[in-house]
Amino acid sequence: MSPEPQGRRTPGADLPDHPDRLWRSAEPKRAYDVVIVGGGGHGLATAYYLAKNHGITNVAVLERGWLAGGNMARNTTIIRSNYLWDESAGIYEHALKLWEGLEEDLGYPLLFSQRGVLNLAHSLQDVRDSVRRVNANRLNGVDAEWLTPEQVKEVCPIVDISPDVRYPVLGGTYQPRAGIAKHDYVAWGFAKAAADLGVDMIEHCEVTGLDVRDGRVTGVRTTRGPIAAGKVALAAAGHSSVVAGYAGVSLPLQSHPLQALVSELLEPVHPTVVMSNAVHVYVSQAHKGELVMGAGIDAANSYRQRGAFHIIERQMSAALELFPVFARAHVLRTWGGVVDVTPDASPIVGLTPVEDLYVNCGWGTGGFKATPGVGWCYAHTVATGEPHPLNAPFSLERFTTGKLVDEHGAAAVAH
Amino acid sequence: MLLIPCPWCGPRDEAEFHYGGQAHVAYPEDPAALSDEEWARYLFFRDNPKGLFAERWSHTAGCRRWFNAVRDTATNEIHAVYRVGEPRPVIA
Ligand SMILES: Cc1cc2nc3c(=O)[nH]c(=O)nc-3n(C[C@H](O)[C@H](O)[C@H](O)COP(=O)(O)OP(=O)(O)OC[C@H]3O[C@@H](n4cnc5c(N)ncnc54)[C@H](O)[C@@H]3O)c2cc1C
Ligand SMILES: [Zn+2]
Repeated sequence: MSPEPQGRRTPGADLPDHPDRLWRSAEPKRAYDVVIVGGGGHGLATAYYLAKNHGITNVAVLERGWLAGGNMARNTTIIRSNYLWDESAGIYEHALKLWEGLEEDLGYPLLFSQRGVLNLAHSLQDVRDSVRRVNANRLNGVDAEWLTPEQVKEVCPIVDISPDVRYPVLGGTYQPRAGIAKHDYVAWGFAKAAADLGVDMIEHCEVTGLDVRDGRVTGVRTTRGPIAAGKVALAAAGHSSVVAGYAGVSLPLQSHPLQALVSELLEPVHPTVVMSNAVHVYVSQAHKGELVMGAGIDAANSYRQRGAFHIIERQMSAALELFPVFARAHVLRTWGGVVDVTPDASPIVGLTPVEDLYVNCGWGTGGFKATPGVGWCYAHTVATGEPHPLNAPFSLERFTTGKLVDEHGAAAVAH
Repeated sequence: MLLIPCPWCGPRDEAEFHYGGQAHVAYPEDPAALSDEEWARYLFFRDNPKGLFAERWSHTAGCRRWFNAVRDTATNEIHAVYRVGEPRPVIA
């Protein structure tokens, strides 16, 4: 075989072999120091950092389905930290720094690719908001640039920057360190590393109740029997309201379907990630060659992992406006996940009114990028009983104090 | 995609409607008497059940009227639609 030309990779060539069992699927013990509810990326990262950073290894991750089969397997894998507010920049940039060393830390390939993210602006107000966000990002040590339409075209040649379309591209913000990672590998890498440190991965084990005595959580009830717990850490994404409700805790969340789709495999045409707030679509090209696209949530609440077709239609028309070359691409597959959305489009991470019960939820459409960062901070919160400084602003109390972190429309994409 | 039976126009495609979230959330009777905690509940906390949910819809592309529906959020089945001001029907 001839050597590959410099700087070009055959799509898919860097995919590692499909892993065999990387962790043992454990039988539940009678009791654990910490029980984590939900085996998505956040639950698994939390388990890993509990063991690694805090030496707490008598931990179980309970997953009602198969490990990381929830939103972790359904997201469009975009990683960035170009959020407007200081609190958000803090936690997402912490995550991005961890992403940058994560393959080595976990000893597992994640296909983390810092191919950059463009957030396009289509109106004068978009431009002003974008430039403001670039300045805010820089003040927070987050890499960010404002690009003219011509510079957008240099970064991603297939974007249509002609001025006579309905939503002309007036420029965009660019975060070069942003990118994508292979979501399954991220989950498997965390699961393997946590299991190697002694954490039990318990699949097909649904939590159906929480035992609370004298205002303190003492254990969980599951489809595989009761399990006593010193502490319980919720990481149940779209089902957080349901699970927290077992302890009488209500959360300011609404669960909605969020859809994504992929095209058939294409030659490498799309070198970066493009997001557009105004026409609401986000697109990247996966390592193998599929175009990966996502849209907004369905308006109505639902726990059905399938959304409405008109959302897909709108998303496709938005994509075609930006990328006329996609006109001949075929949709291969569409799917949905259930995401939990908060009133200020920021997550809730921290303590609950029930002692020893912790919550990590409300990531809405954008929690994948936070996986290592929130796992790190949530593990600290659970281990010490005190919020980590980076997740302290994301407490449940902010809805009472009014100290919201309102990322709606500020964070470079509508949540 | 939901097929939503507007009480005035009959079954129409979801794309004709605007969603209004939880129904029967009343403005506080004595706003000045509310604690911060109670204001937070009123402003930010809505039910999010996996199951029957009473919610509001507006038929924006049709008769433009608001009405209520009881929908199962686990199945998306709409069990009842009723007019604003009417009590939530009991679903057996
Ligand atoms: C279509 C789509 C596109 C997205 N795109 C992006 C993106 O590009 N970038 C980004 O940053 N984020 C994105 N997200 C959001 C991201 O996927 C989520 O915010 C994130 O995955 C949530 O955390 P998690 O990984 O722990 O959730 P999940 O992987 O959903 O984990 C929660 C787990 O809890 C389990 N569970 C629920 N109830 C119970 C119970 N009672 N007992 C036991 N287990 C239970 C579930 O089965 C699930 O596996 C997207 C989401 C979707 C759906
Ligand atoms: Zn009507």
